[in-house]
Amino acid sequence: MPPWLKLEGVVRRFGSLEALAGIDLDLGADEMLVVLGPTGAGKTTLLRTVAGLEIPDAGRIEMAGEEVTHWPPAARDLALVFQNFALYPDWSVRRNLEFPLQAPGRSIPRDEIDQRVGQAAELLRIERLLERSVAQLSGGEMQRVAIGRAIVRRPRLFLFDEPLTNLDAKLRESLRAELTLLRKQLGIPMIYVTHDQTEALSMGDRVAVLAEGRILQQGTPEEIYRHPVSPTVARQLGQPAINVLEVRRVDQAWVGATGVELMPALEGEGSMLLGIRPEDIAPEGGEVAGVVRVVEDAGAVWILLVDWAGTSLHIMASKDKIYVPGGKVHPRIDPQRGLIWSDDREIAL
Amino acid sequence: MSFLICQNLRKTYDDGTEAVKGIDLACGVGELVVLLGPSGCGKTTTLRMVAGLETPTGGHILLDGAEITRASPAERDVGFVFQFYALYPHMKVEANIGFPLESTDLSKEERQRRVGEIVERLGLEALAGRYPQQLSGGDQQRVALARAMVRRPQIYLMDEPLGTLDADLRLEMRELIRAQQLESGVATLYVTHDQEEAMSLADRVVVMDGGRIRQEGPAAAVYNRPADLFVADFIGSPGMNFIAGEIGGGQFTAPGLVWTLDNLRSGPAVLGVRPEFVQPAEGPCLRARVILDEYLGACRHIHCEAECGRVVMRVEDGDSFLVGAEIGLDFVREQVLFFDPVNGERL
Repeated sequence: MPPWLKLEGVVRRFGSLEALAGIDLDLGADEMLVVLGPTGAGKTTLLRTVAGLEIPDAGRIEMAGEEVTHWPPAARDLALVFQNFALYPDWSVRRNLEFPLQAPGRSIPRDEIDQRVGQAAELLRIERLLERSVAQLSGGEMQRVAIGRAIVRRPRLFLFDEPLTNLDAKLRESLRAELTLLRKQLGIPMIYVTHDQTEALSMGDRVAVLAEGRILQQGTPEEIYRHPVSPTVARQLGQPAINVLEVRRVDQAWVGATGVELMPALEGEGSMLLGIRPEDIAPEGGEVAGVVRVVEDAGAVWILLVDWAGTSLHIMASKDKIYVPGGKVHPRIDPQRGLIWSDDREIAL
Repeated sequence: MSFLICQNLRKTYDDGTEAVKGIDLACGVGELVVLLGPSGCGKTTTLRMVAGLETPTGGHILLDGAEITRASPAERDVGFVFQFYALYPHMKVEANIGFPLESTDLSKEERQRRVGEIVERLGLEALAGRYPQQLSGGDQQRVALARAMVRRPQIYLMDEPLGTLDADLRLEMRELIRAQQLESGVATLYVTHDQEEAMSLADRVVVMDGGRIRQEGPAAAVYNRPADLFVADFIGSPGMNFIAGEIGGGQFTAPGLVWTLDNLRSGPAVLGVRPEFVQPAEGPCLRARVILDEYLGACRHIHCEAECGRVVMRVEDGDSFLVGAEIGLDFVREQVLFFDPVNGERL
């Protein structure tokens, strides 16, 4: 099946700044793509370009088989949800939800409006709030109403711009799961832009990692997490961040700064970078001792900061054992999970 | 004997708002105590009273045995750290860090030694001769941290110092604070609303709500044995699972669930179990349907719908679950808690 949305070589410049430096992207008809990147990566410009609020300086955009590169926003029939709610505070929730259906040029009959509002309210579990004014709602409720306002329109594509960023941690966690469930019921494609790696991993069918206007890697969350093409991509996902060590090859092993053998070497020569996630290092089982500097209680697990092999490592350790600062451990890297990069590129393992 | 002692500390504002309703709090030499709670719980007011920025309307504050309840901020040897502030743009990194020592009566050599020590500990050697605008945002924060902690007062008071930083930097800064605090041995009172930050930093966590202390203890104790539903719900991510039911005849029953237990009082009860203590199981257990498999890299959160409500299970990466699948769930017996649904207390 051809992709529903296709971007080819999309470039958007602001003066001398290339906000989008040639973006190629596909989105399936029932797919959720999460675009992950730090502030200034070009995420919002990308969404605005898809929405038609920015016109590309080069490249083309296709939707459902038609070229739309120069179409105005309204003709594209998309819905955009931002982190700032943009609701009418004095209006009731119901009126806010009805508003997009009463826009000039739309002649939707009353009973259909009621039916769509009712359905959206049910999906988002805000039925009991319908007659309340928006000003009386909590942040989480407001964000649900904002999403509801996008849903009632039944757009062809949803664009989300960090919709959960301003909410507190508990709420973010529950809305994250709700939004994923909701999407599966709606069956409308979505692009979701965020700098939050947890959202990227848990919500996306596919993740595109964006930096400085370029896509560094695209793939399923597992592919990007387990096989990042570069340390730059690897550091975007995972908390605490992946450990990156400078290593060199000595015979059949990768060796760290102090000459400790870290992992068997299969391919590659000379000096390289070794990437290993905190959960892929066992605190015990290795030959060389390390010293625990900091023990953090992360609830379900410990996070240890350990001085070892001439560097500082994060290790995720199970709660079966107690660790104390100053104590000794004998880290062991899982050789199946170690990544070797050279020149910011991964060598297959 | 504790180094900082607050006894029956109160703050009632002129308009009648009771921000702090008589709390007892202690912090030992070298200890890092975190005041944790939602906004409006009284944690910041408490910290400001210890700093001398607010005057208590009742109770006492003692620091190293001396009563300081009504002493002015200047008379207390406290180091107050809020969000790490901007650096002086016209001063090099080294001068910025040494600035808080200028007004002390330390010798020049001693000042230089202290600055050198913290510069080395935070790995700032290469930056010492630069100006702030030549640094990355992250390096500026590291320098600001060094400046905030170069002085060794009797106690550090930290008010959400990492509030606005990006997640990655927050994690790193948190470790630097902890490492520097351990090294200096200065008692520290640290305020945050972020339970993850509290858990990871604290020797002891004090959970506050509505101007009162709900529970205090080491992070692990508060996490594993929360005193009430508020604490149980506030701490932990993903949050604890709660199942409403009834205790009677040596068992807890809820729709689709029967759980045998020891002598607990009969009547309505809430079963609480953390997602990492929920496991897939066969045989007599809670039947549930998988509705969502959240991949999180190091682990997965499996959301399930059971007759008694939504249950989230945390599993190691590798065990994937099919959405729609009917599975059995079991709980790790010694990790199951029960609460009174009326007053919220753990049974």
